[in-house]
Amino acid sequence: MKKGYFGKFGGQFIPETLMNELLSLEAGYERCKRDPSFRAELGALLKNYAGRPSTLYYADKMTRDLGGAKIYLKREDLNHTGSHKINNVLGQALLAKRLGKTRLIAETGAGQHGVATATAAALLGLDCEIFMGKEDTERQALNVYRMELLGAKVHAVTSGTMTLKDAVNETMREWTGRVSDTHYALGSVMGPHPFPTIVRDFQSVIGKEARAQILKAEGKLPAAVIACVGGGSNAMGVFYRFIRDKSVRLIGCEAAGRGVDTAFHAATIAKGETGVFHGMKSYFCQNADGQIAPVYSISAGLDYPGIGPEHAHLYDSGRAEYVPVTDEQAVSAFEYLARTEGIIPAIESAHAVAHARELAPRLPRSESVIICLSGRGDKDVAGIARYRGKDLVEG
Amino acid sequence: MNDRIQNAFKNGKAFIGFLTGGDPSIEKSEEFILEMVRAGADLIEIGIPFSDPIAEGPVIQKADIRALNDGATVDKIFASAARIRQKADVPLVFLTYLNPVFRCGYGNFFRRCAEAGVDGVIIPDLPFEEQGEARAAGAKTGVDLISLVAPTSAERIRAIAKAAKGFVYVVSSMGVTGVRSRFETDVAALVRAVKAETSVPAAVGFGVSAPDQAAALAVHADGVIVGSAIVRLVEQYGANAGPYIYDYVKKMKQALRR
Repeated sequence: MKKGYFGKFGGQFIPETLMNELLSLEAGYERCKRDPSFRAELGALLKNYAGRPSTLYYADKMTRDLGGAKIYLKREDLNHTGSHKINNVLGQALLAKRLGKTRLIAETGAGQHGVATATAAALLGLDCEIFMGKEDTERQALNVYRMELLGAKVHAVTSGTMTLKDAVNETMREWTGRVSDTHYALGSVMGPHPFPTIVRDFQSVIGKEARAQILKAEGKLPAAVIACVGGGSNAMGVFYRFIRDKSVRLIGCEAAGRGVDTAFHAATIAKGETGVFHGMKSYFCQNADGQIAPVYSISAGLDYPGIGPEHAHLYDSGRAEYVPVTDEQAVSAFEYLARTEGIIPAIESAHAVAHARELAPRLPRSESVIICLSGRGDKDVAGIARYRGKDLVEG
Repeated sequence: MNDRIQNAFKNGKAFIGFLTGGDPSIEKSEEFILEMVRAGADLIEIGIPFSDPIAEGPVIQKADIRALNDGATVDKIFASAARIRQKADVPLVFLTYLNPVFRCGYGNFFRRCAEAGVDGVIIPDLPFEEQGEARAAGAKTGVDLISLVAPTSAERIRAIAKAAKGFVYVVSSMGVTGVRSRFETDVAALVRAVKAETSVPAAVGFGVSAPDQAAALAVHADGVIVGSAIVRLVEQYGANAGPYIYDYVKKMKQALRR
């Protein structure tokens, strides 16, 4: 396979100005990956600071209510900063320091990756600037203030659709202007090589733990692993160590917004076509001319017109399946998990919960499924209230 | 190698002017391009508007949005280029992000360029390592794939310059397109490094706007490329930008003759 490719997807489609930076990032990452002191330092941070390993929680009430396969929740919501994003960010921040960088920049959608990046920057003494679509700064105002509390400067991006895609555009533009002291801590398994590989490796701790935990609890592999997919980092992280276990279904849940038959969705696999954008060859929502389509989801974190190239390959090769989940299904699952298990999930993760509600009853009780609960839902409470017609005044 | 592009560099230092196709309308951008030719531009870059131009600063980003909102499509830009070709012998080069080319298919896109009389293609998000298919399509059709060299390119310059066709686009500065008052980069050294490897002309772009800047850069380079400063006139004067563009290009070309 060509370097930096997953099947026919991936690559490095980026302005020449950034090419040498990407090449030295790749070399630096390969060096650190094999360096015992780097691994020890990251391992200690994940354990003592982020709170790993995260638990694999058996959701007994939900299992009994659905009446099928046993439901296990991989509790990434219990990590420090409240989502899986911290796994990747601690790795990249340490890497950046070893490469002599003093400043982190990052895009964020829901704000989870921005908060995680600002956190790692505060901890490791790095400057931090976050780019966030203006629309997202409004629907996730709490996270903006969290980032500022952590010492980061937050830029509200007003170009394009003012959401995650535009935040990525603006972060790339910023990086093109200043590479010597700055690392772009990309938040998902996307962008040009080596980012999809780096982020997947740092997130693969999710699946590594989950696989050992389910074997210990059940004595056998699960029937399915379910995760939500925007760019796809929590999904890639939980899928990766199960790819060789052919009996395990890998299911990614895309944001179908108001439905895949409307213009308001972000269902890249269901509705997208192959293209090249944001540094990678993958599937994108786009028109016949190759213009990137405006996308929509209630979830700022899934509101992205593309998907990581390794997911595109897992789909193309038939190893993983991708299903669309609407806003309504996700909100209903958000409320269901809160009432049934006393866990308020991120609206992103609620997309995976929604699909599990449909799948589990169709599987025998002797089987199990793992849902990657990628984040917690505190940030979404006001938005869900709005969706249900209640206007909460925050604070 | 494309003859029209070669000829553009034979009469002193070349002035290369950029406009986004379809900004503010297809008819108007066509008119503005012919004004640039009349004022002495040696080569014209036509931008195919893209929804997410990651190498552009705010001025060209807004131009792309204006063009797309007015209904510009890849088909319409091809047709427009063909009409310009009927009226002028100036070399025409497309600047496009990769996705519109990819959707069209490399072979198909370059064939359509040749049919429309477009002489070269610049794709800012297609670096050297990924250029195989585009280069093959270019060789087959006689349409040059024009490569970029950046201040960070260092040892990569050798391979890029050796494979260069048409001209080498020397990026003067870090960052995105847009007017700059001064250059942090040693542009002279960058141009020298390119010229050590190839006889293909080297033109400098990114940030150039004033006649003095252009004249100073042309001491080292074979031409200068101006985008945002021209597009800004379209932003400012809209459909009436023609005479302003003519005057500006005339002034810049005169500065290069000094």
